[in-house]
Amino acid sequence: MTKTIIPFGPQHPVLPEPVHLQLTLQDEVITEAIPAFGYVHRGLEKLAEIRDFQQMIYVVERICGICSMIHAMCYCQGLEEMMGIDVPPRARFLRVIWSELHRIHSHLLWMGLFADSFGFESLFMQCWKIREKILDIDEATTGNRVVISVNVIGGVRKDLNAEQIHWILSELKDVEKETLRLETTIMTDYTVKKRTVGKGVLTRQQAYELGLVGPVLRASGIAQDSRMLGYAAFNEIDFAPVVETDGDCYARCKVRFREIFQSIDLIRQAIAKMPDGELAVKVKGRPEGEVVSRVEQPRGEVFYYIKANGKKNLERVRVRTPTFANVPALLAMLPGMWLSDVPVIVLSIDPCISCTER
Amino acid sequence: MIVSDIPVCPENIVGETAKIKVEGYRFVTLTCVELDETRVDVLYHFDRDYQMKHLRMTVLKDTPIPSISPVYFAAFLVENEIQDLFGIRFQGLAIDYDRTLYLAEDVKAAPFCKYVVLKTSATLNTPGENPS
Amino acid sequence: MFEKILTKARMLSPWVLHFDCGSCNGCDIEVLACLTPVYDLERFGIINTGNPMHADIFLVTGTVNHRNKQVLRNLYDQIPEPKVVVALGACGLTGGVFREAYNVVGGVDKVIPVDVYVPGCPAKPEAIIDGVVLGLEKFRQKASAMHS
Repeated sequence: MTKTIIPFGPQHPVLPEPVHLQLTLQDEVITEAIPAFGYVHRGLEKLAEIRDFQQMIYVVERICGICSMIHAMCYCQGLEEMMGIDVPPRARFLRVIWSELHRIHSHLLWMGLFADSFGFESLFMQCWKIREKILDIDEATTGNRVVISVNVIGGVRKDLNAEQIHWILSELKDVEKETLRLETTIMTDYTVKKRTVGKGVLTRQQAYELGLVGPVLRASGIAQDSRMLGYAAFNEIDFAPVVETDGDCYARCKVRFREIFQSIDLIRQAIAKMPDGELAVKVKGRPEGEVVSRVEQPRGEVFYYIKANGKKNLERVRVRTPTFANVPALLAMLPGMWLSDVPVIVLSIDPCISCTER
Repeated sequence: MIVSDIPVCPENIVGETAKIKVEGYRFVTLTCVELDETRVDVLYHFDRDYQMKHLRMTVLKDTPIPSISPVYFAAFLVENEIQDLFGIRFQGLAIDYDRTLYLAEDVKAAPFCKYVVLKTSATLNTPGENPS
Repeated sequence: MFEKILTKARMLSPWVLHFDCGSCNGCDIEVLACLTPVYDLERFGIINTGNPMHADIFLVTGTVNHRNKQVLRNLYDQIPEPKVVVALGACGLTGGVFREAYNVVGGVDKVIPVDVYVPGCPAKPEAIIDGVVLGLEKFRQKASAMHS
């Protein structure tokens, strides 16, 4: 049999972002997959030399437009630890609320794109319709739909009043109801099962050794979730990671669905336990030292390394985003699969290329 | 968490990571920090049950570093990234993009180096100027 | 005569090609959100296509960098005349917060001619729809200039 090399991307209808995969095929079966990057690389970490440490918040927020708030939260938590700042309790609970809202909308977004990858377009529309409710909450509470810019070093900038909280809870009830309907439709559907069960299987051992993160790791039976570190207010909330054991695309889908319901529950808990008080403390002085900060994003664990030397500009900001850690999974999953399964498998890791390349 | 690290050198880095793997650590990432004109810090981050372990290697910029991708396959991506951004070479990479992971083929500069003083600096471009 | 009908028909159903060249995803998901039930771009007859040869309107989000400027140029060249380019978001206009980063060339207009600029970080779906509708007017002008 002759070998064929097929380029996949950078501009491909199923990918919302440009990434290139070079697939080597034997007949219709993939034998090798090599990813190529660089279409979105901007060099954001380098901007730390021009922007000061306060301005960098707005740069890291724009590493990724989907989980922007969580990027900023991770960055701020790193600097708060370095400078020894205690964040007021109300701000910590508000961070939980907004980060979980981000997780819900990111998972719904992924669900839509995933459905689109196997040609289930009406499902894509449904998922995005539910997602709009979350974006409405974001817009009403912070003023922007996507990049919400609520974090500052030392706390948050916006507050929720009683009326807003009441409205959020009623909207979440709708979201929960509609997502539940969606879940029963998707997870029992013959077509969905046909396209996802047993596709792109990663064993527990493989997933751990490849250093994977987030739902991809948890779908392979490993209970690793950075929220267990208890950052923000997660130490005061009842939380346990969602785990599935099959390790295929179907299991990843299931993990994300269960996480949506979990996030709704976490927001309810946070709202119930949120104390009154200050939103932010004043920041004095300049950061100095080295710090590592980790936070759980919708796609997995994000890792920040920050080095400062007492100047206005930081010495180094390094970001390891979840998709960067999940790319090796593609190299392990794709060989042996059919060419027609490539879009489903690629999307099952929830790739965010602008995160990966920064 | 504040970084507390174990010093390593290019000679023992592969052995040390193999040991860490046996201890059951998960690979997180590598970080490269430029110290001054000739030296960089390469930090290796690992995680086990939410506890992190950091290895620190201070090397000269023109010293090739053995790749740890034979031990942790996932490291090839970040090692290629450091090759691109800092111009440091890794030996024995599982997949070597030869400094074209992010940058165009004809870029010779290392954009993350503030001080451009590699040995052949006369032929290099200053960072920020991509001649493509 | 026939051309006039053709132009009118194309105006009533413009097909859109979206390309992300280095955006943070914020504008991209807003472009996709335009297609979904709440905003429903399709009520204007607009369809999102993946093939540049089918497209009339080219939506570009994000800053241009050294690797993707060639891809952008290629896609632009493949779209048949008349065509309209809509640049979305602060990055597509000027480079936005990324303008000083080393791998950023700048706005979309550094590489291809842009007809409509839609500001915002990210641009709101309402603004995007507005921009596309504004682009249609340009499209009509270009088409009639081509046939006269």
